Amino acid sequence: MIKSIQELEQIRKKALEELEFRKQQGEGIRVVVGMATCGIAAGARPVMLKFVEEIQKRNLQNVTVVQTGCIGLCKYEPIVEVYEPNKEKVTYVKMTPEKVSRVVAEHIVNGKPVYEYTIGYEEAKEANK
Amino acid sequence: MPLYRSHVLVCGGTGCTSGGSDKIYDAFLKEIESFNLKDEVQVICTGCFGLCAEGPIVIVYPEGAFYSRVADSDVKEIVEEHLLKGRIVKRLLYKESLEEGQIKSLNEVKFYKKQMRIALRNCGVINPENIEEYIAYDGYKALAKVLTEMTPEQVIDWVKRSGLRGRGGGGFPTGLKWEFAAKAPGNVKYVVCNADEGDPGAYMDRSILEGDPHSVIEAMAIAGYAIGSKQGYVYVRAEYPLAVKRLEIAINQAREYGLLGKNILGTDFEFDIEIRLGAGAFVCGEETALMTSIEGHRGEPRPRPPFPAVKGLWGKPTLLNNVETYANIPVIILKGPEWFASIGTEKSKGTKVFALVGKVNNTGLIEVPMGTTVREIVEDIGGGIPGGKKFKAVQTGGPSGGCIPASLMDTPIDFDSLTALGTMMGSGGMIVMDEDTCMVDIAKFFLEFTVDESCGKCPPCRIGTRRMLEILQKITSGNGTMEDIEKLEELAYSIKDSALCGLGQTAPNPVLSTLRYFRDEYEAHVKEKRCPAGACKALLRIVIDRDLCKGCGICAKNCPANAITGQIKKPFEIDQEKCIKCGVCIEKCPFKAISKKA
Repeated sequence: MIKSIQELEQIRKKALEELEFRKQQGEGIRVVVGMATCGIAAGARPVMLKFVEEIQKRNLQNVTVVQTGCIGLCKYEPIVEVYEPNKEKVTYVKMTPEKVSRVVAEHIVNGKPVYEYTIGYEEAKEANK
Repeated sequence: MPLYRSHVLVCGGTGCTSGGSDKIYDAFLKEIESFNLKDEVQVICTGCFGLCAEGPIVIVYPEGAFYSRVADSDVKEIVEEHLLKGRIVKRLLYKESLEEGQIKSLNEVKFYKKQMRIALRNCGVINPENIEEYIAYDGYKALAKVLTEMTPEQVIDWVKRSGLRGRGGGGFPTGLKWEFAAKAPGNVKYVVCNADEGDPGAYMDRSILEGDPHSVIEAMAIAGYAIGSKQGYVYVRAEYPLAVKRLEIAINQAREYGLLGKNILGTDFEFDIEIRLGAGAFVCGEETALMTSIEGHRGEPRPRPPFPAVKGLWGKPTLLNNVETYANIPVIILKGPEWFASIGTEKSKGTKVFALVGKVNNTGLIEVPMGTTVREIVEDIGGGIPGGKKFKAVQTGGPSGGCIPASLMDTPIDFDSLTALGTMMGSGGMIVMDEDTCMVDIAKFFLEFTVDESCGKCPPCRIGTRRMLEILQKITSGNGTMEDIEKLEELAYSIKDSALCGLGQTAPNPVLSTLRYFRDEYEAHVKEKRCPAGACKALLRIVIDRDLCKGCGICAKNCPANAITGQIKKPFEIDQEKCIKCGVCIEKCPFKAISKKA
């Protein structure tokens, strides 16, 4: 029983959270997880789920997590790309669920990419070996 | 509430359901369970998306992948490829939604680009069986607003200022109707929703009830508050089982949530709704017949006045609107009358839903601002005529309407311009015809419908329309005379003047309108015994081209009437007396030597 407009508003807000998501990917941030066979084998699924969990926990609007096929660099899998409007995409490599928390906190919330996890850093490290 | 990473929306409208979307829905549940994705992916059954020609339709968010013509055998691939690995199944994507490998958003697709969805705002977006999804999209907020912030007079004033006109047919100003009902003396009043959509080729009311039943319930409650009524009835035909089911679920949910019943939202306002099933008689869509039917009698019309607003259901003042009219009300209350009045043309405000059917590529349910032209609807939204054929006319308003010929394709569609063309808005069926359609035959089709559906109460409709049909049959069989055309026209005008209810009065319209724009076709049938479109069987001749015929005899072997004779290796011939014009010989001839001649 809804007894007042305030109660109606509460139900509306709660139900809307889930439905927001059904809007088409728009201006917000897109987290793209490589989920080809190589990605899945390397552990992309727990990485993706961790993203979903963190985004829900922080109640972030305008962030969607989507999957994609093979990104093409199997040795760096799991790979996650973060697309922000009007910015260069950032490619994270060798992701783990633990790394996800930091990416969400520093990059998605505060707008500062975590350099040590990116492909540029990995490649530089390899070159210096 | 758990957050899902992906939502799968399966269209549960009647069109897609008849294409097996219920099986698709079940298959998704099963596959998602077997891949252990139950906590990540949510499957929702929604109302009509509109693009019925491409159904069954499945949309997967957040990518917005628009899959068309899905079969239950495709589900496993979608789950395995798209939901598990994120690889969109390109072969199933609606072809227009792909551009250089990028998925276009739904609003970018040509079919949706020129549309504006007000009445259909939630159709294909929410789960119609879940009241919380309706509430999420501002559902029942308009009811809350009128109950706490507005007086009944203000509500009526807003509806009047919005310029909304009844979407069921004639386009009477809705606010004025509300005012009449509110001002009628009496303590007991009723709010009725006409969901007896019976026009051939029209299905917008059904789709709204199936896809967004709460919008109608909310609007009826608002109307109840505005005119001082406690009881509403939805009159819906029993041939719409899915609409009835969704409406029942919605009414029960609204009662559970305290949005119907006593003390709605903690105020003194009381309102409830019951469903009344009709047997699907065309005449029961006429308002006085509809009310007689609700009262439990045979659904026959009575003369007006008195109008329902004064003396309606059980002799009490009754407000009667159709489904689409109601569906506009909550939005008008939330966004204001000025907003609504800014859409459309000077005298026809807002949008109109059309069921676009017939010879057009994208058949389906569309909603466009009033004033959109026939050309925009047929070419841009409808995607043109299939098979490279030429556009001939579009029929609007069902048996009460008429047609718009190709030469008037740039007419902006609104109530008054259609009336000026001799047709009408009607409930919104829009039947597209190409060069192969015979206009005399079309007039005959609608007359057959009216003769079948006439309730029989008044002689002009019962006898007059039958006489008209007989003349049309005479003309299409090649036995008509010029006097027949005159007689037909005379009959049409006298039935228009003398029939009892709106249905009888408008029944001659298809004939009058085709006579107006396609008189030459009638004359060709009479004078030259020829059907220019090649549709009237009795006037067709099937002939063998002597130069192309190789004398194989396949046609003679397949002819069911033994009408073809000849000697092998010499040209064969068809005996026109025996020929039944079935066209089997045309199909079977390996040399394309046989064709129809008008």
